[in-house]
Amino acid sequence: MKRLEVSGLERSFGGVKAVRGVSFGLDAGELLALIGPNGAGKTTCFNLLNGQLRADAGSVRLDGTELVGLPPRRVWRLGVGRTFQITATFPTMTVAENVQTVLLSCRRRLSGLWRPAASFFREEAVALLDRVGMGAQADRPCGVLAYGDLKRVELAMALASDPKLLLMDEPTAGMAPNERLELMALTASLVRERGLAVLFTEHDMDVVFGHATRILVLDRGQVIAEGPPDAVRADPRVQAVYLGSAA
Amino acid sequence: MSFYLVQFLSGLATAATLFLVSSGLTIVFGVTRIVNFAHGSFYMLGAYIGWSLAERIGSTPLGFWGGVLAAALAAGVLGAVMEVLLLRRLYRSPELFQLLATFGVVLVVQDVASWIWGPEDLLGRRAPGLRGSVEILDQVFPLYDLVLIALGPLVLAGLWLMFHRTRWGTLIRAATQDREMTAALGVEPGRLFTGVLFLGSALAGLGGALQVPREAINLGMDMGIVVEAFVVVVVGGMGSLMGAFVASLLIGQLQAFGILVFPEITLVLVFLFMAVVLVLRPYGLLGRAEEAPPTAASPGPPLSASTGIAAWAPLLLLALLALVPLFAGEYALIVLTELVILALFAASLHLLIGLGGLVSFGHAAYFGLGAYGAALLATSWAAPMPLALAGAPLLGGLGALIAGWFCVRRSGLYFAMLTLAFAQIAWSVTFQWYGVTGGDNGILGVWPDPWASGKTAFYLLTLGLCGGALFLLRRVAFAPFGYALRAGRDSPLRAEAVGIDVRRTQWFAFTLAGSAAGLAGGLYAFSKGSVFPTLMSVPTSVDALVMVLMGGVQTLAGPVVGAALFHLLRTEIMSLTDLWRLILGLVIIGLVLAFPKGVVGFARDLVQRGRAA
Amino acid sequence: MTGEPLLRVQGLQAWYGRAHILAGVDLAVGRGEVLALVGRNGAGKSTTMKAVMGLLDARAGSVTFEGRDVSALPPHRIARLGIGYVPEDRRVFTELTVEENLEVGRQPPRPGAPHWTPEKLYALFPNLAEMRGRRGGRMSGGEQQMLTLARTLMGNPSLLLLDEPSEGLAPRIVQQMAEALRALKAEGLSILLSEQNLAFAGAVADRASVIEKGVIRFDGPMQALMKEESIRRAYLAV
Repeated sequence: MKRLEVSGLERSFGGVKAVRGVSFGLDAGELLALIGPNGAGKTTCFNLLNGQLRADAGSVRLDGTELVGLPPRRVWRLGVGRTFQITATFPTMTVAENVQTVLLSCRRRLSGLWRPAASFFREEAVALLDRVGMGAQADRPCGVLAYGDLKRVELAMALASDPKLLLMDEPTAGMAPNERLELMALTASLVRERGLAVLFTEHDMDVVFGHATRILVLDRGQVIAEGPPDAVRADPRVQAVYLGSAA
Repeated sequence: MSFYLVQFLSGLATAATLFLVSSGLTIVFGVTRIVNFAHGSFYMLGAYIGWSLAERIGSTPLGFWGGVLAAALAAGVLGAVMEVLLLRRLYRSPELFQLLATFGVVLVVQDVASWIWGPEDLLGRRAPGLRGSVEILDQVFPLYDLVLIALGPLVLAGLWLMFHRTRWGTLIRAATQDREMTAALGVEPGRLFTGVLFLGSALAGLGGALQVPREAINLGMDMGIVVEAFVVVVVGGMGSLMGAFVASLLIGQLQAFGILVFPEITLVLVFLFMAVVLVLRPYGLLGRAEEAPPTAASPGPPLSASTGIAAWAPLLLLALLALVPLFAGEYALIVLTELVILALFAASLHLLIGLGGLVSFGHAAYFGLGAYGAALLATSWAAPMPLALAGAPLLGGLGALIAGWFCVRRSGLYFAMLTLAFAQIAWSVTFQWYGVTGGDNGILGVWPDPWASGKTAFYLLTLGLCGGALFLLRRVAFAPFGYALRAGRDSPLRAEAVGIDVRRTQWFAFTLAGSAAGLAGGLYAFSKGSVFPTLMSVPTSVDALVMVLMGGVQTLAGPVVGAALFHLLRTEIMSLTDLWRLILGLVIIGLVLAFPKGVVGFARDLVQRGRAA
Repeated sequence: MTGEPLLRVQGLQAWYGRAHILAGVDLAVGRGEVLALVGRNGAGKSTTMKAVMGLLDARAGSVTFEGRDVSALPPHRIARLGIGYVPEDRRVFTELTVEENLEVGRQPPRPGAPHWTPEKLYALFPNLAEMRGRRGGRMSGGEQQMLTLARTLMGNPSLLLLDEPSEGLAPRIVQQMAEALRALKAEGLSILLSEQNLAFAGAVADRASVIEKGVIRFDGPMQALMKEESIRRAYLAV
């Protein structure tokens, strides 16, 4: 049994099929890149996997548990973490408080009305931040961080729930080139260390070909190629999709 | 049978007026995305100006109708002036500031109108040639109302032609759908907005001027109509003209026939109808989903628990306040008692706005529920004061629990409108349920038990209870629950993605804020010895918003400081002049334009800038 | 290219929230020229267009049009100077008819730019002529693409910003679009065109700028790009 098994995933919007029959599998320790031109259905696919959208048909199984039909909160509790294309953190809280909030949520302590939240799981939060290189900035407000640092905080927040599967939507968008490679190197080492499975979309081909263990190419809602980077690069169908057909 | 027909016709006449006013409101909202509280003021000004003109030239049909038109145009011009001087600076502000600024205009207009036309009701001249009634199957019906009934569809047709047959109308429709794209095609937004405010305000003025022969003109017309127009616009779908027409017809009939079935709670029916429509059809009957939801208040720096001496400041303040009776007189104690109560009221609203990003325009409902609960327990049930005071937060909390279930389903402007609607329900129940609440006469004789009847004793009791409640609210802000609430405000997307049930968190916060406001209300009832429906009215809700805004949304001390500033200012100004509303209105407008972060936030920025330099 | 270009963009930077999308874009469009801005999705093409049009608050750098600095102007002023913007997502007014959509775009004639009337546009886009009274929301994607282009032309622009005009269109419609663009070029219009579809760009553009990660990586004649396989592979292919 694979960590993640997706089969026959379908979703339409007002009669237009955005995702049609997408199937793939993902194992622990893998970094799978999902690429394709604009409108290929990448974001829809992502939102189907974490429950933000409901699939019309098909199944998504995490370690054998069916995820289709569950709301994002439940999917997250079952072990699917996620980072967003435009970072989503809590800007009025400090970096440590951001991670502490996730830890509190994870352990169902968020309804507490009395004991100050700052006293919960502080060391654990700082340890996670140290792991992504943000320990020194633990007490700065998230709202003033540089964009690359925000991405790291988001990664720490995603790791705080100890997920089995991490979904990363354009993890390096909006970052400086050297930061991109650093972040992906960090992600790759976390994958090895924690036995994570990572699925990510990305438009930076250096990142995709430098770090993905496998690549999945989508076009018009369908998988048109899947395999190791070199095989995908050589695939004529992929070339046609990316360089366009004659008008 | 004929009785029902006449009832139906009178529903149509109500609908015609409602449509005139709400069409203007919906057009203005569609293009500017501002919910204009002052719309009711233009209706009232139309009525007053129409009255003055009718007195002078209204004896002939030409003079009368000319006067009506001139009043509408005058209201339109005033609306355009408001756009140029005020709204233009606020298009990018959070909706809280937009709503408050237009409410500031409401206050200013009220005092100006009172100054020009006096506080008494004015009875207008009947329309020449339309004074009589017609007999419809053995029932009489006023002729003038028949004209009104015809006017509704006529105005709809006129607006339809303007929107579909003129370039200006086409641009308005385009901008209603996509402002940015319209501007990118070379259409200047500023001029379009001024024109839209002119049209919308003129429609309101027309609606007002047409009331002159029908009802007494008074200073309360503005809030009455604007709240009903809100309901029509929300039910019909914000920005939809046809929606406003359909909703006007439905609500006109609901009022006409509701009064036969439930004479005591017709107003409740209307707001319940709106709540049900919003839950079933979130964007109204004919509305479309918003592409970009309105923004919440801009987030500030993190809340930081004070350290060192500052951490003891609240306790020190409490001790100082407890010592005040040793040297202060009775009057000072009365003012201080009210101040402490208002501080809790403001802090409870701040829990919603500052931590939850939930701008409630009806927080007075829970303050009022607490006050009425305590008053009823103390008088009708002859309960001892401690029991009555315990009932206050329970009733406030229960009201908030029920209303909150509906309200947190929507965010931004719709949340504000829903909270307003529930506050109006609470207000209309106390206003109309004469047998229990005494209606307009309120409940008198709500006095503390003998042991607390001295000014000093009651002050200390208030200080103890409010101080305790404020301390609790502060703990909550720094507790995990406060984090969950702030997380939902900062990024609902991320909060849901890390397992936080944002809606439930907000629902609970709404209930908590409602009980704190209820406690404040209960104490208020005993401090004043009486309660009146105005405790739940929109102006009371706005008072609380102004306190929060004055103190600054982003600090926990803000609402307390804001309540103190507000109350002292009000006490001081009211002893000097009758124009309190005018001054408050100008203060609100000034605050919104000058200090979007509030006074404390502004001061802290100054300090931080000073440190950085 | 001789003399001062019609549009010159220098060091253009832009942000979405805190994300830095454009890191200093330089490009120039000469009079009567069609420049293709090509790059993968996410490279910054649409952001460049929006930043030029004044639709982004967070931007820095200079944009000059006909020698005049327009970088601080609001969108409607930029449009009135003669820049027509056709957004990627079309943004047709769905509640308005075809005729009304065109009316919203209408601006007075501009010296030095072709003057368009609805009749001239119906001749250029015969499909639209058959559905003058149809509402924008009831048109197909290809028809909407034609309408949004026609609507912008009603402003008589001298420069068109066309954001991914071929995206999501059937091959037959893409061909029609290419013909329409060549006709516009023949009328003397200058065009800045963003594209992912290299073949389409090659069919209409004189010059190409390749954008990647918010900066321009290549600038030269279209033929040179078509010949330079290394550049195509580096910045466009996988």
